[in-house]
Amino acid sequence: MKHRISALFLGTALALAAGSAVAQDKTVKIGVLTDNSGLYSDLGGAGSTLAAQMAVEDSGLAAKGWKIDIVSADHQNKPDIGTTVARQWIDVEKVDIFVDVLNSGVALAVNNLVKEKNAIMINTGAATSDLTNTQCSPNTIHWVYDTYMLANSTGQALVKAGGDTWYFLTADYAFGHALERDTSAVVVKSGGKVIGTVRHPLNSSDFSSFLLQAQASKAKIIGMANAGGDTTNTIKQAAEFGIVSGGQKLAGLLLFINDVHSLGLKVAQGLNFTETFYWDLNDGTRAFSKRFSERMKNKAMPSMVQAGVYSGLIHYFKTIDAMGGNPHDGVKVVAKMKETPTDDPLFGKGTIRADGRKLHPAYLFEVKKPAESKGPWDYYKLVGTTPGEQAFRPLSESACPLVKK
Amino acid sequence: MQALYAQLLVGLINGSFYALLSLGLAVIFGMLNIINFAHGALYMMGAFCAYFLLHLTGIGYWWALIIAPIAVGIFGMILERTMLQWLAGLDHLYGLLLTFGIALIVQGVFQNYFGSSGLPYAIPDYPEVGGFRGLQGGMNLGFMFLPIYRGWVVVFSLVVCLATWFLIEKTRLGAYLRAATENPTLVRAFGINVPRMITLTYGLGVGLAALAGVLSAPINQVRPLMGADLIIVVFAVVVIGGMGSIMGSIITGFALGVIEGLTKYFYPEASNTVVFVLMVLVLLVKPTGLTGRTA
Repeated sequence: MKHRISALFLGTALALAAGSAVAQDKTVKIGVLTDNSGLYSDLGGAGSTLAAQMAVEDSGLAAKGWKIDIVSADHQNKPDIGTTVARQWIDVEKVDIFVDVLNSGVALAVNNLVKEKNAIMINTGAATSDLTNTQCSPNTIHWVYDTYMLANSTGQALVKAGGDTWYFLTADYAFGHALERDTSAVVVKSGGKVIGTVRHPLNSSDFSSFLLQAQASKAKIIGMANAGGDTTNTIKQAAEFGIVSGGQKLAGLLLFINDVHSLGLKVAQGLNFTETFYWDLNDGTRAFSKRFSERMKNKAMPSMVQAGVYSGLIHYFKTIDAMGGNPHDGVKVVAKMKETPTDDPLFGKGTIRADGRKLHPAYLFEVKKPAESKGPWDYYKLVGTTPGEQAFRPLSESACPLVKK
Repeated sequence: MQALYAQLLVGLINGSFYALLSLGLAVIFGMLNIINFAHGALYMMGAFCAYFLLHLTGIGYWWALIIAPIAVGIFGMILERTMLQWLAGLDHLYGLLLTFGIALIVQGVFQNYFGSSGLPYAIPDYPEVGGFRGLQGGMNLGFMFLPIYRGWVVVFSLVVCLATWFLIEKTRLGAYLRAATENPTLVRAFGINVPRMITLTYGLGVGLAALAGVLSAPINQVRPLMGADLIIVVFAVVVIGGMGSIMGSIITGFALGVIEGLTKYFYPEASNTVVFVLMVLVLLVKPTGLTGRTA
């Protein structure tokens, strides 16, 4: 009798263990936290949600019995709203993974929360390199670009091409200061000189005063350490004041294809800047971008932020599929993602470093002249490529606690 | 010293936008007693109207200067007829809230359709006169490179501002208008259609905003939020000049443009706030504004 009871217990225990192994949880919830209405909504916004949908469809996980949901929200570029939404998503909606999260302020705030709650963030939109430096986290991967890389790639190339004196037009807040600081360091290191800086308030509509000061400085390069509407207005007004035709060169340190599209080639031609994705790079990027643009409301091509959402999620899906189920454990999944080399049609082959930095090549582009462009969205000429290992901050310089030294 | 002259001139150019916009606001406040928060959105609509005229119908800048203010002005008159007229006699706050709501809706709709980064609009390159192609290019004044287009904006705005001032202060129509705001019942007794006059006045104010929008399209990106960025400064201009004072808002508009330009030269970080510091100082000393009449 005693034997029979213990046999029964043993049997039940075994059956339970086996059952849990077989019925692994195959549900995932993705949160696209982005700017849906403000000045960055063209770079992320609805396009990021579409990219996430396309990643779900292309992953083929639904056919394998996975159930994947996407939620999307507007953080309005405010860190407090971003964290409130993120907290509710994790606690109530059981969101596993955050994508996009553009705006450096929002990204750093959500970064802390995601770590505290052991969720995952694949950041494709924020610029600050602190996400993988002093603020690095075992739950976060910084996918597309950062201020260090932008400064390194564009700054170095322009100094090498003879632009050895710089004047900065800087947005007067944390992002602008960081970009100016990083770029100045690169300029000086490459043998150039910074001869002046003017800090303008965020969201200025008129840049003529600042441009006149830059013009008077006679610097060869005017570096724009700003973004979005500030950058496009600077470029437009620089053309008006004859800055480029007068022999000075504008350097866009952070510029997206949507900015070039909205400026038009006539004004934007000749600009140099760095991106890690362009729709017309190769067959893979073209095929994806064509599908993407057909489904976008204004037929826009994907920005690098949106492409990053797709690429990051594809890698995430591969990882959890290989794990056989979703463990709902951020640190565990991210660690596995770092072990696996990345490979997708948009960013090519790459790796994720211990500090959470995704490595892939950085491309230096020049905007085409109107005569060189064959049609809508045909805007860039490839000038140079920097391999991922050289483009981003080397681990030896990293202040990230996750990096063993 | 040369740089200083350059900043003064650039300040004057920005001032002409402030003057045109605050003039419209002052007209609307003076005649309708409405604090028109939709002014920025209507300015934006003017710029978009110029963009549509060019890219959909091929109508260029010069015609846009006439057509856009009329089209947006008609939109304004519809607003006045359908919504604003019901607020006559109520507290200012209701008008402010309603127009603010209208502004949010209009901006939201445009942003939904056209995104946030804006649309291109080039400086007109016709007609060709002498060595210049339209308003493109610029000339070297010795102390600065002045884009022809900017010079044109200053001259054109000054003419429009003075014409509006003349219309309201010196003509018979203007006299009726001013009388109608003082005592509508009495003016109606003379057989004048006061509500229609009010509607036309709102249309005029709105048209001025749209005109400023067309003028700014070649300089700034045509963006849904272009008016939202500007409207607060323009309100400060109107308050400093004295609510409802026509000449006050014209002069203050130009003066503040210059002061802002100088701040951008000496201490650029403060250039967005200097206007508000001035506003506080003026309100402390003279609560009705520099040239304001007491209500």
